[in-house]
Amino acid sequence: MTDFPWLLSMIVVPAIGAAAVAALPRDREALAKQLALGVSLLVLVLAVLATVAFDAGGDRFQLTTSVAWIPDFGVDFALGVDGIALVMLLLIGVLMPVVVLASWRETAPGRRSVRAFFAWLLLLESLMVGVFAATDVFLFYVFFEAMLVPMYFLIGSFGGPRRQYAAVKFFLYSLVGGLVMLAAVIGLYVVSSGELGEGTFAFDALRQIDIDPGVQKLLFLGFFVAFAIKAPLVPFHTWLPDSGAEAPIGGAVLLVGVLDKVGTFGFIRYCLPLFPDASRDLAPFVLVLAVAGILYAALLAMGQSDMKRLVSYTSIAHFGFIALGIFAFTTEAGTGAVLYMVNHGISTGLLFLAVGMLIARGGSRQVSDYGGVASQAPVLAGVLLVAGLASLALPGTNSFVSEFLVLIGSFPTRPVFTVLATVGIILAALYVLILYQRTMHGPPRGVLLDEPEPSETLEPAVSGGGGASAATATVTAPAPPAVPRLRVPDLGRRELAVAVPMVALIIALGFYPQPLVRLIEPAVAATMVDVGADPAGVQPATTDVEGAD
Amino acid sequence: MVQAPEISLAALAPLLFVLGAACVGVLVEAFGPPEGRHRVQVAVALVGTLGGLVTSLLLAGERQVTAGGALAVDGPAVFLQATIAGLGALSVLLFAERSLDPARSAFVAAAAVPAGSPRDRELMTSSRVQTEVYPLTGFAVGGMMLFVAANDLLVMFVALEVLSLPLYLISGLARRRRLLSQEAAVKYFLLGAFASAFFLYGLALVYGATGSVRLADIRAAAAVGGTDLLLVLGLALLVVGLMFKASVAPFHAWTPDVYQGAPTPVTAFMAACTKVAAFGAILRLLYVAFGTSEWTWRPLVYGIAIVSMVVGAVLGLTQTDLKRMLAYSSIAHAGFLLTGVLGLNGGADAAGSGLGATMFYLLAYGLTTLGAFAVLTLVRDGAGEATHLSRWAGLARRSPLTAAVMALFLLALAGIPLTSGFTAKFAVFRAAIDAGAWPLVVVALLASAVAAFFYLRVIVLMYFAEPVVDGPTVGVPGLPTTIVLAVTVTATVVLGIAPGAVLDVAERAAIFVG
Repeated sequence: MTDFPWLLSMIVVPAIGAAAVAALPRDREALAKQLALGVSLLVLVLAVLATVAFDAGGDRFQLTTSVAWIPDFGVDFALGVDGIALVMLLLIGVLMPVVVLASWRETAPGRRSVRAFFAWLLLLESLMVGVFAATDVFLFYVFFEAMLVPMYFLIGSFGGPRRQYAAVKFFLYSLVGGLVMLAAVIGLYVVSSGELGEGTFAFDALRQIDIDPGVQKLLFLGFFVAFAIKAPLVPFHTWLPDSGAEAPIGGAVLLVGVLDKVGTFGFIRYCLPLFPDASRDLAPFVLVLAVAGILYAALLAMGQSDMKRLVSYTSIAHFGFIALGIFAFTTEAGTGAVLYMVNHGISTGLLFLAVGMLIARGGSRQVSDYGGVASQAPVLAGVLLVAGLASLALPGTNSFVSEFLVLIGSFPTRPVFTVLATVGIILAALYVLILYQRTMHGPPRGVLLDEPEPSETLEPAVSGGGGASAATATVTAPAPPAVPRLRVPDLGRRELAVAVPMVALIIALGFYPQPLVRLIEPAVAATMVDVGADPAGVQPATTDVEGAD
Repeated sequence: MVQAPEISLAALAPLLFVLGAACVGVLVEAFGPPEGRHRVQVAVALVGTLGGLVTSLLLAGERQVTAGGALAVDGPAVFLQATIAGLGALSVLLFAERSLDPARSAFVAAAAVPAGSPRDRELMTSSRVQTEVYPLTGFAVGGMMLFVAANDLLVMFVALEVLSLPLYLISGLARRRRLLSQEAAVKYFLLGAFASAFFLYGLALVYGATGSVRLADIRAAAAVGGTDLLLVLGLALLVVGLMFKASVAPFHAWTPDVYQGAPTPVTAFMAACTKVAAFGAILRLLYVAFGTSEWTWRPLVYGIAIVSMVVGAVLGLTQTDLKRMLAYSSIAHAGFLLTGVLGLNGGADAAGSGLGATMFYLLAYGLTTLGAFAVLTLVRDGAGEATHLSRWAGLARRSPLTAAVMALFLLALAGIPLTSGFTAKFAVFRAAIDAGAWPLVVVALLASAVAAFFYLRVIVLMYFAEPVVDGPTVGVPGLPTTIVLAVTVTATVVLGIAPGAVLDVAERAAIFVG
């Protein structure tokens, strides 16, 4: 079973699926959606099976396959995963069917092709798997850059009113970072050919060469800038609120849930092991950016009137925590950071989805256009609340475990930064609760009031929805003109199918994160050995988690 | 008694094929019956270029100096000859397209008739086609193939003229917007004549300094007295002449005007083939003749490369016409190519040399840019090709396939991975960093990012903008253009995903004889 090319099939299956969806005739939109859902579920199954085949206590890289790709460049098509990459693949596997379902009724501007949307989505999945599974730096770079194209089209073709601007900004920011990294990738190759006699891009070989500290710093910065733009850390972040706000909801979930994780994944996979000296020397600088991001983005999030921008800013704050955990150089904090990457994908993903459901009902992204929704759509309110609480890391939700691990892991080595970061938690509570309170509680107000039936954006499945009979009654009963009434249908069956698994994961991982921790920890510990940090605190990671329950 | 130099006819076969076909074309033009002449001319031109391609492929691995030492038939010469012949054949196919223009041809029916005269208006609607363009193209292709094999500055100069004169002519043959086309031809001719004069003067100075026009002799003389002022000045003038042909800034002033004014198939031909030929000559001159005194030219080329990349990328931003935009893109790419030229020496012992990388880049860029111009010929409105940027808004909705093909070419020109453009850029940048020119590579990467913006802008317009009312129509291409598009799309994808074999060929060919 371990011989089966799990990783390759996870790249190939969605790519073929994308081609198949794109090749469908124009009038088979329903089939396109079903096909996309089927393919994404198949990839989820593959991801789970790959996890079963993975031996947490075994070699660092497993499920490896390697084929010579461009011999003249010394490039191999080399795939393999450690625990860190594996949990990211699981995250992709889980998010993808959810995103496909959530995008079922993506009403795109100007009647854009539904097939194109799902084809780009599947192609994006294929490339995202490739990014995390590549163990050849050149291959990683190829996936890293190629990934931009589907996301660019998703934002540009299917996004909000300012989608052209957002798409170009997204592409150019990422491209600039990528090109700087390309210089560093080539530099690394040249250094390796000086050290080993023959240039290589293989991660394992590169990890073992000794690079001159001055060169290391330059190469580190090359990689770091690309990842800091991707993640994004604070001075490089301005593209994310635009992209997050203009992207279609499904695209936004993948953008902050997975794409941006490539940045933090890059820190821990490439920056730390390849450039240990530079990482240690420049860590204070990175930590300043990280903590500044936590505080600054949290403050900005509070000031947003656009819900999607607000959620984008919360993500920037969370990425600050992840960067803090990675650059604290303890196994505990590193494990917490990787776990945070998964948890953030789920909790912020759900937050985006819930906000998207609300926007689908009201047609506006402004917080001030909503109010009192909870009285009409309690399930929607509940989902938003769970997502919000997970986002502010309430104990019992998944994010608490990871945030706690990051903070206690960072405190011994970086007490000042950790204390400052803790302030971010308080701000997180503020921005989440303000969003929830303004939209869900209080007197009914805003666009949902007494308006003509917004039939295109409404969820027609509502009438058949199990818990939505009250809402149906509201919709069908003619509203007396004198009394303003809210017309908010609650979640339909499809939306429940989107929300329930995510809520379940939030709670399950909040109480029982051990399976993931067990996968992540050895890989993080190995990375800490690479970077030369004291790999102390290997044990407490799991025990403290139990205490957290 | 004068002894005739020995000539290896086999080694000259590609040249003989192409130039022979061109001569046949002239005879057909003079004596052939007017009806069916177009078909015959296309066939002759295709036989010539494809014959050149096949024979040069058969010559692979050949390494000799022939024709009394005037021609070098070595790896780079054969590789570039094959590239030029192949791209030339594709250009001929573009010329032969008859189903796009209502008047059945992109070329004017009678070039000598004054533009706008009653006779001209009459001819405008007639279906008379003019076929001189095929033999002229044949001579241009032959000159280019001679250019990359010239082992002697005089032969190089002759080749330069043989390739340039037909190009000046065919730039002025556009059927529509004739004045613009004629203006382009005059500009190209005047500036080209200047550049030829520079080259000739440089040749004379080098001859004065070294006493020979043979590249190998110059090399030997330069090794002894490398800093001789006469020699350095001569080298600089030679480089200026060649850089002009390669449309490298700051010798690029003609490029946007000529690219815009010339008939689009001719622009495609120039952008692809002339670039290959000029860089072939630059590589041979710098590497064979001045390979031992590289510090006399390295700083010069270094500076020119930076200027070219920056000018191409920055001025490209302000363009509103697609043909002009692609012209600036070609200037920027000339800068990227020079990065590879600077990687020549560093990679001598390492796995990848700048020479192989540059040759691969030329092939990849030639195919992509040819394809991009071919797409331009498809999008038309009442006044001919609709090359203004704003006319392309929402093209993806009108013709998804055309837009997708164009988007692929633009992504390749921007150097996005999994396209040939990325492989090529990676190859030249690696060679340059290997040679220690990493600051140049950083500039190149920044320029790439800037240039990406104007490529992206076209994609944004095609895909994300609302279509314009009474926008251009997308013509259904006939067989020739379809073949061109199929070949260039395939090449752009294959050289991006599985470039191994071609890189290997380029790498193995990367040894000059001298």
